[in-house]
Amino acid sequence: MNQHISSLDISARTLDIVSEMKSLEGPLLPILHAIQAEFGHVPQEILPLIARELNLSRAEVHGVVTFYHDYRNHPAGRHVLKLCRAEACQSMGGDHLAERVKTLLGIDFHQTTLDGAVTLEPVYCLGLCSAAPSAMLDGAVHGRLDADAVDALVAEVRA
Amino acid sequence: MTVRIFVPRDAAALAVGAERVAERLASEIEARGLDATIVRNGSRGLHWLEPMIEVDTAEGRIAYGPVRPSDVAALLDAGLANGGNHPLCLGKTEDLPFLKSQTRLTFARCGIVDPLSLADYRAHDGLKGLQKAVAMAPADVVAQVTESGLRGRGGAGFPTGIKWKTVLDTADERKYIVCNADEGDSGTFADRMIMEGDPFVVIEGMAIAGLATGATKGFVYIRSEYPHAIETMTQAVGIARAAGILGASVLGSARGFDIEIRTGAGAYVCGEETALLNSLEGKRGVVRAKPPLPAHKGLFGRPTVINNVISLASVPIIMDKGAAYYRDFGMGRSRGTIPIQIAGNVRHGGLYEVAFGLTLGEIVDRIGGGTATGRPVKAVQVGGPLGAYFPPALFDTPFDYEAFAARDGLIGHAGIVVFDDSADMLKQARFAMEFCAVESCGKCTPCRIGSTRGVEVIDKVAEGIEPEQNLALLSDLCNTMKFGSLCALGGFTPYPVMSAVTHFPDDFRPAPLVEAAE
Repeated sequence: MNQHISSLDISARTLDIVSEMKSLEGPLLPILHAIQAEFGHVPQEILPLIARELNLSRAEVHGVVTFYHDYRNHPAGRHVLKLCRAEACQSMGGDHLAERVKTLLGIDFHQTTLDGAVTLEPVYCLGLCSAAPSAMLDGAVHGRLDADAVDALVAEVRA
Repeated sequence: MTVRIFVPRDAAALAVGAERVAERLASEIEARGLDATIVRNGSRGLHWLEPMIEVDTAEGRIAYGPVRPSDVAALLDAGLANGGNHPLCLGKTEDLPFLKSQTRLTFARCGIVDPLSLADYRAHDGLKGLQKAVAMAPADVVAQVTESGLRGRGGAGFPTGIKWKTVLDTADERKYIVCNADEGDSGTFADRMIMEGDPFVVIEGMAIAGLATGATKGFVYIRSEYPHAIETMTQAVGIARAAGILGASVLGSARGFDIEIRTGAGAYVCGEETALLNSLEGKRGVVRAKPPLPAHKGLFGRPTVINNVISLASVPIIMDKGAAYYRDFGMGRSRGTIPIQIAGNVRHGGLYEVAFGLTLGEIVDRIGGGTATGRPVKAVQVGGPLGAYFPPALFDTPFDYEAFAARDGLIGHAGIVVFDDSADMLKQARFAMEFCAVESCGKCTPCRIGSTRGVEVIDKVAEGIEPEQNLALLSDLCNTMKFGSLCALGGFTPYPVMSAVTHFPDDFRPAPLVEAAE
């Protein structure tokens, strides 16, 4: 992801986003979502900037960013594979599939493969509980997974 | 006449290949020069048959499923466009037993209409409720909702009309309607389905709530795990605004109401109403102590109605057909219908809307068809990660708020997750504590610390370390969490834990020691 953007560009783009969304009621989460969509993560160095623009303390902004699971402080891999770990998927063997994926990729949850191809994340429910076990790969949903299907997903992200 | 072929766009259908089926169908239609068009509808809720496609014929809609992309050519060869026969043909959709035995009030249009067609929405009784509400005094709208007996479908079961009345009676220049679409409970997907399959009914329900309470602004807080619902709701709000349903003048009246869609950021606790309000305000999703009630001081300190998606989506039909029509369904103090979500290890998973009162056994065995693996049912968890595990011995429990409470369970958001006999209930109890530890907002001690201690105590039981003392400790800890936590996360985590301990004691007995063999 856009790791090579200079910090000057990041600041300028952040200011654009903040000024665009500042007038929303309770603008912080929408701003953070927009920043993550832009840069692939929420760069630590722009938190003071956001705080200044919204008239918040840096601690408040830091507190919000770290509270929510969605915001990353560093870029993810080229692909993000989210495996559902909630009860409905457990009832259909989701735990075994998760182990299989971890072994195939050689990483644990919250880690990225060394080649930067894929980040593996747990997700607690995709609302596909009637088509369990389920996963989301880069925003696309997959249900009724079995060993063959997860092997195919892993092959896809490795390609 | 152009034939209409329906291919669902619901995420559950997409997850099993509906997009590729639609693409294949489109290219085949073009290659064959057929006079047919593809409508991307919501799901009918028969998820084991997804992707289930339908074709409009003179006799009604004919269903086919589950359809793989490779089936498309053969289906067209068999005369799909005219409802032709094929091994995948399921017959008339409306005659399918799973659908025929339902009472669809809230989900009346879901799976039938094009979710983003206002013309479809109007043609299927849409906006009738709002039209009536526009002509009524706010207090009369509130009275009608109260009389219907509608209770919050998010899980707490609080009477919706009472909530609305409190906001109506609280004077302020600005009030809000907040739609809680942070449906994080495993086994639940009704909110997602209605947002993806009939978004206008949610918008209509919110607009009615606005007119009834004097609120002019609404927010829909949708969890980020639901990108398809976010997309559909965002488009639907734009369409509704352009059509004058939302905006400065609701349906040409002198009253205004508008809606903004907001995205959550992956915190389960934000499904708790006060945490959700903090999140909307741009804060950490930490639970607030009550009082003050959100109805008095809610979003930005203003009077706020905060209702679940399904509660709001049930309001239009109550306004259209009357309070008595809705109230006549159901049992005891649980009035109307409830969209039951049947999930997990079950043959016929999906959404089943029915009046309150069916027994749990009827739902799991008769409607759900037992487990998908064919093994015996060991347990069902009703109400998400904070709901109790019930054994088949309790299958005579009727689906009713009070009946479940009487057996130390809860209906919650009406999701049912089925487990076969391979489930380890100690593991499930541990997961409940672990989940609470991961998702706790941290504000109150019983939840923040109790959940972590709970995991440790269960681990000790699993290792056979003083199991009896540790189970007693666990029970004591659960008692503290239940009565000492600020919200349902810490307060209800004891339900899955203690129900597992109570109903499945064998799983908590120490495994025979093997190390003694050396």
